[in-house]
Amino acid sequence: MITINLAMALVVAVLYSVGFYLLLQRSLMRVLIGVVVLGHGTNLLLQLVGGPPGRAPIVGEVPAGALVADPLPQALALTAVVITFALTTFLLALGYRSFVLVGHDEVQDDVEDRRIASQEVPAGGLDDPADDLAPTSEGSDK
Amino acid sequence: MSALLALPVLLPMLGAALTVLAGRSAALQRAIGIVTLTAVAVIAAVLLVNADAGGPIVAELGGWAPPVGIALVADRLSALLLLVSTLVTLAVLVYAIDQRIVDYGRGAASTTFHPMYLMLCAGVSLAYLTGDLFTLFVAFELMLTASYVLITRRTSAIRIRASMTYVTVSLMSSLLFLTAIAMVYAATGTVNLADIAGRIDTVPPGLRTVLGLMLLVVFGIKAAIVPLHFWLPDSYPNAPGPVAALFAGLLTKVSFYALLRTQTLLFSREEPWTLMLVLAVATMLVGALGALAQNDINRLLSFLLVSHIGFMLFGLAVFDAASVSGAALYAAHHITVLATLFLVSGLITRRTGTVALDQMGGLAKVSPALAALFAIPAMTLAGLPPTAGFVAKLALLQAGVAAGPWPTVVAGVVVVASLLTLYALVRVWVRVFWGEPKPPIPDDDPDDEVIVGTARTSVPMYTATAGLVAVSLAIAVFAGPLSEVTGRAGTDLLDGGPYRSAVLGAEGER
Repeated sequence: MITINLAMALVVAVLYSVGFYLLLQRSLMRVLIGVVVLGHGTNLLLQLVGGPPGRAPIVGEVPAGALVADPLPQALALTAVVITFALTTFLLALGYRSFVLVGHDEVQDDVEDRRIASQEVPAGGLDDPADDLAPTSEGSDK
Repeated sequence: MSALLALPVLLPMLGAALTVLAGRSAALQRAIGIVTLTAVAVIAAVLLVNADAGGPIVAELGGWAPPVGIALVADRLSALLLLVSTLVTLAVLVYAIDQRIVDYGRGAASTTFHPMYLMLCAGVSLAYLTGDLFTLFVAFELMLTASYVLITRRTSAIRIRASMTYVTVSLMSSLLFLTAIAMVYAATGTVNLADIAGRIDTVPPGLRTVLGLMLLVVFGIKAAIVPLHFWLPDSYPNAPGPVAALFAGLLTKVSFYALLRTQTLLFSREEPWTLMLVLAVATMLVGALGALAQNDINRLLSFLLVSHIGFMLFGLAVFDAASVSGAALYAAHHITVLATLFLVSGLITRRTGTVALDQMGGLAKVSPALAALFAIPAMTLAGLPPTAGFVAKLALLQAGVAAGPWPTVVAGVVVVASLLTLYALVRVWVRVFWGEPKPPIPDDDPDDEVIVGTARTSVPMYTATAGLVAVSLAIAVFAGPLSEVTGRAGTDLLDGGPYRSAVLGAEGER
C-alpha cells in the first residue's frame, strides 16, 4: 500500500472529470480532446502508483540503502502513452473522414433505434398481423 | 510444450507482417491467412489435450520468471476457448475471402483486411493465454485496434456513425481498464494475475470490492452487460457481414473470459453473487425483449447476443464449480453459434438486398440450403434439444437450481429468456423463409459491403457457414467429454491453486 499526495490526487481527479465531461459531447473533436485529457489523467495515475521518486534502478549503479524508483509503472505508462497516441490519431482520421462524408463530425443518433423508440403502441397492444405464425402468412400487407 | 505456447500469438503476428509484404498477390495473402490460422488451431488442440492431462502449461517470456517476467498460461479454460475461437476465425476467414472473390474478383489484394484480421486473431490468442493483467490490456488493445480498422474499412456515412460510437466507447473502457490496473498495482504491487491472487487477501475488504467492481465495469462494457450494452446493437449491425460475425463470435466472449478469470482468481467468494445475479437477469431480459422489437435482422441478432451474455453471467453469478463449468461450456457454444448466425444473416442479406425483415419472404423456396443453415444454429441458440445450446443451458440450469432459492428463481428467468429467444428467431423464420418469395431489392450503393442485393454467393461461403454449423453440432455430439473438460476447468477456476502454483512455482501456493 502506498499513499499519494493530495495535490496530485486532485490533478488526476480534475483530469478525469474534464475528460469524461468532454467525452459526453456531440462533436467528435471534443470527444477526441476528452480522450487525450483522460489518457493524461490515466498515465499520471500510473506514474503516481509507482510510489516516491528515487534513483534509476540499474544494478551496480545504486548505492545500498538509496531510494530507487519503481520502473514498472513507468514501463506501463510508456506502453499506454504509445497506445493512446495511436488511437488519438485514428480518432482524428475518423473525425476527418466523417467531415468529408457527412459534412460535420458530430456523433449522431442511431436512426433505426430512434425509429423503434418512436413507434406508437396501438391501443390493442403489440398485435402485428405479420407476426402471425401461420405458414400461409401473406406478409404482403406491409 | 511451453515453447508452443507463444505460437498462437506469434504466428498470426508473423502472418500479418507477411500479408503486408505480399500486398500485391491476393492468392499469397489468402494462403498465408488460412495456413496460419490452421496451424494455430492445431496448436490450440495440442495445448488443450496437454493442459487437460497435465495441468496448466506456463511459458516465461524472455526467460524472466514470474512475477517479474510476463507469463503465458494455458489451462483447460483458456485452451478450450482458444481452440473454439480459432476454428471460428478460420471459418469466418474462408467466408470473408470468398466474399471478396465474389465481389471484387480473384486478383483483389487488400493491404488492410488480411493483416488486420490476423492481428485481431493474435490479440484474441494473447488475451486468452496471458497471465498478466497489463498484458491483458495490451491484448485487448491489439484486438480492438484491429477491430476499429475492420469496422471502418470502406466507410459510408452510416458506418462512420456506428464506428464513432464503437471506437469512443471501447477507448473509454480501455482507459478505465488502465485506471483499474493502476489501482490494482497500487494495492498489491504486482500485475501478475497469480501473484495478485496471492496478495489480494492483504488488501482491506472495501478496497478489494472497489477493485473488483472496477474490473467488472471495464469488462462489463466490453462484454456488453446491461446497462453497459448500448454501443453493441448500434455498431455491430453496420459492420460488413464477416466482420460482424467475427466481432459477435469473439470480442464479447474474450471480455467474458477476462471477467471470469479475474473474478474467480482474484475475488473468489463462497456464495452466489447477488449483484451479478441481478445483472444476469437484466441482461437476459433486456436483450431478449429488445430483439423482439427489431425489424433489422442484424440488430435482432445483436440484441440476442446481448441477451445470451446474460446466460454466461448467470453461470458466473452462482459461483460454484458446476455453474462456472456451465458458463465455460456456454461460452464455447456461444462463440460458434453467434458467428454462424451472423454469417447466415450475411448470406440472407446478399440474396434479399435488405436487412429489413418485413421486406423479405419466401427464401425457403428460393434457397432450401440457406433455410437449413439458419434453422440449425437458430435451434442451437434457442437451446432446443439435442443441440449444443441445450446441453450448455442444462448444465447452467442444474447448477443454478442446486445453488439455492435465488439462483433457482434466476434459472426460471433463463428459461423465459430462452423462450423469448425462440420467439424472436421464429419471427425471423416466418418473415424470411415462409410466405411468397419477394424480388431482391437492388443495391443503391454497390461500394457498401453491408447490403448486396444480388444472389451472388458461392459454394465456399456456404461451406464455411456449414463448417461452423458442424462445429456447433460437434459440441453437442461430444458434449460428454467436453463437459468433463469444462467441469475440471470449473474446479480449477474456483480453486485457483493449480494456476498459481503453475505460474509461481511451489512457493506460489500460499
